[in-house]
Amino acid sequence: MITEILQMNGYGLYVWSSFLFTFVSFTTLYVITKIQYTKEKKKFMSKYGALDSKKAEVARSQTINKEILSSSQSI
Amino acid sequence: MFKIFEPGRIFVITSKAHKYVMFLFVFVICIGLLEALIFSRVHYKQGDSVRIMYVHVPAAWISLGIFSSITFLSLTGYIFKNKNFFLISKSLAPSGLVFNIVALVTGSIWGKPTWGTWWAWDARITSMLILALFYLMYLIAWRIYEDKEQVLKITTIITILGIINVPIIKYSVDWWNTLHQPASINILSKSSIHSSMLFPLIIMTAAFALFSMLIFLMKYNTELIKIKNKGLDRL
Repeated sequence: MITEILQMNGYGLYVWSSFLFTFVSFTTLYVITKIQYTKEKKKFMSKYGALDSKKAEVARSQTINKEILSSSQSI
Repeated sequence: MFKIFEPGRIFVITSKAHKYVMFLFVFVICIGLLEALIFSRVHYKQGDSVRIMYVHVPAAWISLGIFSSITFLSLTGYIFKNKNFFLISKSLAPSGLVFNIVALVTGSIWGKPTWGTWWAWDARITSMLILALFYLMYLIAWRIYEDKEQVLKITTIITILGIINVPIIKYSVDWWNTLHQPASINILSKSSIHSSMLFPLIIMTAAFALFSMLIFLMKYNTELIKIKNKGLDRL
């Protein structure tokens, strides 16, 4: 049965290569996007860490900053 | 008018949503792959090569859908001076381009056993290639133009010019003699595709849509954090 699925009556090479190309494209896009996302989050954390207490409080008062800080605790 | 589209409100949702979308995507794609590769019927003429349809067609549909959304958002953003719409468009574009490339490459692979050639300057293939070029131009414009007002104007122009190509892609099979067959799936009239093939096609389309949603959410969050990083510099 496995051989049948792999060979697909002679079309296996075409079918599997199409699905493999799609999988590789998706994985590449996901990894690149994830790297950019993590990088920006880390940059934010280091910039936020360098702020003095007064400026940090101002930054923390904004909704988006608060959300980034709470979600960055997991990375 | 567009208060619900405020970045602060959206970010509260998008920063958490991508984890759930990822989970849902993995679940749907697993069902889709089982249906597409194992359980779906073999085509009487094309044999097993028809299984390529389950990645080729959803990729083409979603790339067209994303470009149409980008155009709508850019135009609306330009008219109502809402920069968040541009941010949403910019975050949608990378997945749109990848889906376009997937549609072109898998179409080329499908073409070899079906038409006997990897590539033909067929109306639909050529118009899809042109769409990929518009995606590229759109993404490059965001990278090369420093001036914000200028980039908003140029990307809107690119999308307006690119959207002319979308109905050409859709109706190219009716307007010209092409290697592609006419549409098998019609929303308004009866579809000619068998239900045993339609089901995996719908599942795979849903999975691809979820993947584009996942990439969009991550990209949108990245863009917002980038803006916030600049904001911290100014403090």
